[in-house]
Amino acid sequence: MGPVLAGFLQLLALIGALALAYIPLGNYMARVYSSDKHWRVEKWIYKGIGANPDAEMTWPAYLRGVLAFSAVSVLFLYLLQRLQGILPGSLGFDSVNPAQSFNTAVSFVTNTNWQSYYGEQTMGHVVQTAGLAVQNFVSAAVGIAVAVALVRGFARSRTGELGNFWSDLVRGTLRILVPGAAIAAIVLVACGAIQNFSGIHEVGQFMGGSQQWNGGAVASQEAIKEFGTNGGGYFNANSAHPFENPTPFTNLFEIFLLLVIPFSLTRTFGVMVGSIKQGYAILATMATIWVGFVALMMWTEFAHHGPALQAAGGAYEGKEVRFGVGSSSIFAVSTTLTSTGAVDSFHSSFTGLGGGITILGMQLGEIAPGGTGSGLYGMLIMAVIAVFIAGLMVGRTPEYLGKKIGSREIKLAACYILITPALVLIFTAASMALPTPPHSMLNSGAHGFSEVLYAFSSAANNNGSAFAGLNANTDWFNTMTGLAMLLGRFLPMVFVLALAGSLAEQKPVPATAGTLRTEKPLFTGLLVGAILIITGLTYFPALALGPLAEGLAS
Amino acid sequence: MNNSVSNTARLFGAGLRALLVLTLVTGVIYPLVVTGVAQALFNDKANGSEIRSDGKVVGSSLIGQSYNLPLKKGQKTPDPDLKWFQGRPANGLGTNSVNTQYKLLLSGATNLSADSKDLLKQVEAAKAAVIKDNSVPGYTVKASEVPADAVTSSGSGLDPDISPAYAELQVHRIAAKNGLSVSAVEKLVKDHTEGRTLGFMGEPRVNVLELNIALKDLVAKQ
Repeated sequence: MGPVLAGFLQLLALIGALALAYIPLGNYMARVYSSDKHWRVEKWIYKGIGANPDAEMTWPAYLRGVLAFSAVSVLFLYLLQRLQGILPGSLGFDSVNPAQSFNTAVSFVTNTNWQSYYGEQTMGHVVQTAGLAVQNFVSAAVGIAVAVALVRGFARSRTGELGNFWSDLVRGTLRILVPGAAIAAIVLVACGAIQNFSGIHEVGQFMGGSQQWNGGAVASQEAIKEFGTNGGGYFNANSAHPFENPTPFTNLFEIFLLLVIPFSLTRTFGVMVGSIKQGYAILATMATIWVGFVALMMWTEFAHHGPALQAAGGAYEGKEVRFGVGSSSIFAVSTTLTSTGAVDSFHSSFTGLGGGITILGMQLGEIAPGGTGSGLYGMLIMAVIAVFIAGLMVGRTPEYLGKKIGSREIKLAACYILITPALVLIFTAASMALPTPPHSMLNSGAHGFSEVLYAFSSAANNNGSAFAGLNANTDWFNTMTGLAMLLGRFLPMVFVLALAGSLAEQKPVPATAGTLRTEKPLFTGLLVGAILIITGLTYFPALALGPLAEGLAS
Repeated sequence: MNNSVSNTARLFGAGLRALLVLTLVTGVIYPLVVTGVAQALFNDKANGSEIRSDGKVVGSSLIGQSYNLPLKKGQKTPDPDLKWFQGRPANGLGTNSVNTQYKLLLSGATNLSADSKDLLKQVEAAKAAVIKDNSVPGYTVKASEVPADAVTSSGSGLDPDISPAYAELQVHRIAAKNGLSVSAVEKLVKDHTEGRTLGFMGEPRVNVLELNIALKDLVAKQ
């Protein structure tokens, strides 16, 4: 069997596994966020928090909960890093400097997991497990909570109520993320991922002398890193490191983990709005883009254009032998079309067009299938835009799921889709125009520009992967990517929750013969087109200067 | 005014308490339970899949190593010890400049682009070296026979594997340097070649450390 066929079969196996999980996990998540029963341990937690989990919240109250929890999280994680030098369990590592601590704190709280530090050389046990890994859980839970609030906005009418943030946060963590991650972590250990607290110790070598290992709680963090679409590696090499991702099976398993919640949430959405078919239409849109991108990526990586790759005879630079080109291509597309940003191979050394595909994947807004929660709400915003475009074409007031898309709704949706492109393009332009930031680039020419464009696309879209040649540990990049991550995460959430509140207040409009059937393939086609055209027009000039220039030259 | 200040304080208080409780669950209980289960059920793997030769730990079967001669005077990069099978280049691994307190195992890629002149030079130099090192009397390596993994650095810089093609390419050299027959070394490579998992996952591979340990045993037997 050739590597191309093997790559294709791996893709099929992945699709099969995702399809098997889709209905049970989607239904389960719908029950988690609809049930009125609390677990006993949850009741204790609510008592500890001092919150009434049955108190319904309007959108401003829900938003205040999100922002307060996230602000406290940033501060806590910042202090933890600043105090590392005097905390026990730090393996003798120093405190992290202020700019890097700010960047890392923001990065993990926003579900981005951009890393300007080297994990194995910077962070001790306490910061890794009680700081970074915790945000891997709760930032994912916050994302799902906001998505569920938006779904409730569609599902409910004549009310301003969107549910209770504390309850959604705790349930998402306890009922979905912790059990899933625990099982996944054990599977990873069984395949060779490490899980210990041995710290820094010497291990003998074949040729004599010794290696120094930094042992830690790797598998437990790896599991939630993928399952919560986080992406922050325990080690610098992320999921390319054999202790994080030891075998070809774990590689596929990790891709499965990072896709399964975002895809299955479309089922949760379908169940909660009372029409499974609406969920399928959204799923079909996500799947079309994902499969299309994977196919393109495999084509360009197997063709290995580019002088250095041609000389080598294959696109193996930055890729591991055990994964090969096929599996690495699937990983690269999946991690950039979700908000994960974990890498099992280094995107900077992909072909010019392959690198462009990863950048474009993030720039689509990470909606196919996107991050945990953020993928679904991002896609629903695009659906609102698509319905609006269709409405303009036929001259009718647009509706979606029985709700009128009036001027208030469309303004909120438009604000949402303008934020991240503005952040990406303005920050990239500023970095290129100023005298010192370009010194951070490793490669020259078009690829150097791509490194900067990649960095801000990744930060503002909360992805976290990088063209890692860029030296991002400078005051400029730590500060600016930090700002891009913060604004790129929380401003969109403001508009999503405002939209949810506005939809929940409406009374439903009955469907008529003239209503656009949003559960049909026609709508899926319209939605895919709207996404590609809107993103394409926004980013085309920037892409032409970077990855397209590099790709077409080779 | 007072009211809104106290409301805000209450909100942040709730946020802080929620974070602390969830830190206890996901940052303390969860990793400890997973570690307990992992250590009990998969002790060897949870601790890094250490591998022994002659009763001594010689590394991890998951982590690639270098098989070099000791540095000569004035030399910056050591020469490969051609008696042993060689792994992939690891040009992405820099020096430990971040944390001078330790000499930790570093991981990382070169991140050089497909159109990078530096990468092109590295690849061409590696290819020339592979051809030179592996061409022995009676066996000449052709440029077209050198597989891509032999001349490129991996993502982690710690790739434990090489492709079967690269292992086979080294067979004649290994046989000559160790005074073994080509067929014995060929058999060794074949025994250590692992196919795709379930026939389709990943790529076929040869674990270099395991192969060299077996080679050492074979040489000792002779």
